[in-house]
Amino acid sequence: MTNNFVFEPDLAAKKIHIVREFNAPVEKVWRAWTEPELIEKWIAPKPWTAKTKIWDFSVGGIWLYAMVGTEGQKRWVYAEFTAIENGSAFSSTGMFCDDEGNPVRTGPKSYRDTKFSSISGNRTKLESVITFEEAATIKMFVETGFKEGTTASFGNLDELLASEQMRSPLFTVK
Amino acid sequence: MDIRRDIYQAIADPTRRAILTLLAVSAMTPNAIAGHFGSSRQAVSKHIQILAECGAVNQNQRGREIYYQLNIDKMKEIDHWMAAFRKLWEIRFDQLDDLLKDL
Repeated sequence: MTNNFVFEPDLAAKKIHIVREFNAPVEKVWRAWTEPELIEKWIAPKPWTAKTKIWDFSVGGIWLYAMVGTEGQKRWVYAEFTAIENGSAFSSTGMFCDDEGNPVRTGPKSYRDTKFSSISGNRTKLESVITFEEAATIKMFVETGFKEGTTASFGNLDELLASEQMRSPLFTVK
Repeated sequence: MDIRRDIYQAIADPTRRAILTLLAVSAMTPNAIAGHFGSSRQAVSKHIQILAECGAVNQNQRGREIYYQLNIDKMKEIDHWMAAFRKLWEIRFDQLDDLLKDL
């Protein structure tokens, strides 16, 4: 079954649009996104794991978790919830953290709006828009949230990127 | 923090993105580039300078004229990071699929 994955960067608008369909009812997908013990099971690319330190799912509340590597190295991720429509949508502001998990409030931020809707066949469509304050933030996000994790899990990122499944999503430079 | 120019500064400005789009078609002289914009030559030349500092464009002397051309390898750097970010989400969603099966 197709999951209709869309990942569409719009660098002019400093936005990335993400769409994905899941073969589960919206209530379950919502739970998987809003119950920390469930989020921990999918948010970190294996073999990295996720450990939640603070979870307060309310407007103004925060979510602080660490991606933990196989050698115990930690990458903290901080999000502040700015809007919640129970069962269907939430928005958050992301900030970079220092090594102790303190958010760097003066640093670049990202904003995410995520919504969940029911589609036919008792399935769920997820739509998420990530807006970056600066184009450079996208790079930092990738570097802090992903680079170490994947080089650990995939051996060689360049190899991964060169593989046929990696489509060039942004420019088609001749 | 080290704030040396990188490729992301090249694309952070709409005029610079427009210049890059022009140069994607062919190498151009600063005058020819400026001819495409309503802003002053100095303003355009400042943008070209930033693009050169970011490594987004290279200079090429042809006779008495300087031509600017797109540095494709540098532009691919952005593509590279974007592809990595895309991959991260693909992996997460696949892991989420697995979780939903048992939920």
